[in-house]
Amino acid sequence: MSVNVFVLLAMGAAVGFLSGMFGVGGGFLITPLLIFYNIPPAIAVATGANQVIASSFSGALAHLKRKTIDFKLGSMLLVGGIVGSTAGAVVFALLRRVGQLDLFISLLYVGLLGAVGGLMLIESVNAIRASRSTAAPTLKKSGQHNWIHRLPFKMRFRASKLFVSVIPVLGIGAGIGFLSAIMGVGGGFIMIPALIYLLKVPTNVVVGTSLFQIIVVSAYTTMIHATTNQTVDIFLALVLMVGGVAGAQYGAKAGQKLRGEQLRALLALLVLAVALRLGFDLFVRPNSLYSLTSLGGLM
Amino acid sequence: MRAAVLMLAALLCTTAAVAQDAPPPQPVPGAEDDRQRAQQIQEGIQIGLSMDRISITADFSGAQLTIFGALENPDSLLSRQGRYDVVVVLEGPTRPVVVRRKSRVLGMWINTESETFLNVPMSYSIASTRAFQDITDPGSYRRLSLGADNIHLQPADVDDNPVTIEEFTAALRDRKKAGGLFTDNIGGVHFLSQNLFRATLSLAPSVPVGTHKARAFLFRQGVFIKEASTQLVIVKSGFEQAVFRFANNHSFAYGVFAIGLAMLTGWLGRIVFKRD
Repeated sequence: MSVNVFVLLAMGAAVGFLSGMFGVGGGFLITPLLIFYNIPPAIAVATGANQVIASSFSGALAHLKRKTIDFKLGSMLLVGGIVGSTAGAVVFALLRRVGQLDLFISLLYVGLLGAVGGLMLIESVNAIRASRSTAAPTLKKSGQHNWIHRLPFKMRFRASKLFVSVIPVLGIGAGIGFLSAIMGVGGGFIMIPALIYLLKVPTNVVVGTSLFQIIVVSAYTTMIHATTNQTVDIFLALVLMVGGVAGAQYGAKAGQKLRGEQLRALLALLVLAVALRLGFDLFVRPNSLYSLTSLGGLM
Repeated sequence: MRAAVLMLAALLCTTAAVAQDAPPPQPVPGAEDDRQRAQQIQEGIQIGLSMDRISITADFSGAQLTIFGALENPDSLLSRQGRYDVVVVLEGPTRPVVVRRKSRVLGMWINTESETFLNVPMSYSIASTRAFQDITDPGSYRRLSLGADNIHLQPADVDDNPVTIEEFTAALRDRKKAGGLFTDNIGGVHFLSQNLFRATLSLAPSVPVGTHKARAFLFRQGVFIKEASTQLVIVKSGFEQAVFRFANNHSFAYGVFAIGLAMLTGWLGRIVFKRD
């Protein structure tokens, strides 16, 4: 495998810029970009998970200082996350053996990015329209209690001012852990909406708590991939991290100058573009119908 | 492009002297004479590498490998007439390989069928003095398993449909050629003198690490005479090799290190850029 260090640095910086601007980990962009750059998906995913730790850790430190992390909620999410990640790694190894890993990764990305990007675009376009029309925005007050709040095994989370069943908490954690292992993402782009809309976690603690969970699950995922598949490329990860951490600082500054809904619309378009590109590759006849996989070694 | 030209001038002065002492050629040598000559002289072949170990770095973008060799006891007349041919092969380490074929399912291209082959050389580079069909007949190449199309590829499942096996064998060769791992260099072997020759083989950017086997085959007028071989070890350069080995042998510690490195980078990023 021969790659250009400067291309990777630029890639890391670009994703870092976007992640700083939009406040996301960027794993969902790094992994597809690496795949577009002909890095084998198995390595792209494992290395992406490693890179996510760096950008999330950087962000989490700020939240730690501001005390906007709910450690109890984060820990419960983690319990689910570890289970999900373990299951994900088993599925990952299995798919790799039968030669369907690349397909599965692409399908998951297309499905998830397509759905998240589409929803975000609709929401942000509506918000932009609402702000342009003079009519006062009608805030849809969601019911204080939905079906999730009627589930048993309730637990109190003081920092989040929540009294909620642990079932959805474990479920969300497990789902995101699973995706983290297979897609090499932190899962922030799914976790944040899930915490806000499903569990009604206050917005100020959502990001910090999500980052805390992402760091630990990504670290765990990195560990699993390193030990079972040997697919973590430390050089690749380091170059991406350096680019990413630097890019994130400038992204955050640029993000402050843009309005929220415009920012969201931009991110939605970006997410949709990545989904389209990955989806396109699935339907286009490949150059060669045949592919080779060497067993017992990566190189 | 880095030209890692590795040289060894295997100058065999003694053989050169012997060749000069050979009787002067007759004006019109007949087939009878050739046969006699063949009985009298037993030619040999030798090859050598200047180093038996090559280190490649992460940014390795392919190189040319030069192998020098010498003929022993060549017949000066045949040699002048260009009746000696040399084929040099560099064969990489072997691994089992799965060949997969995609087909269209619900509009998407998905891996559907596969065939596993045992002991596939990961790379195979060949150089010859002339076009292969001019050196000897296809039968000889097959007997010697010489050439990318003649290496024996053993399917794991021998009871499979022979047509399928044939199709996947062809696909395997085709993909290896497309990836630059199976290459041929016709005219890549040059005679520098009557005895001395130089073979140029290409190492692909993705050349596999491990023990490679270099072999030289000598042909006289289409007849295989002798084979010489030597070994070449390709390793990743010091630091990278150490990391690669560490990742495989101490994967747990490697994982811990990868995580630590990520946290350190994230933390340093904050300190360097201080945004709160």
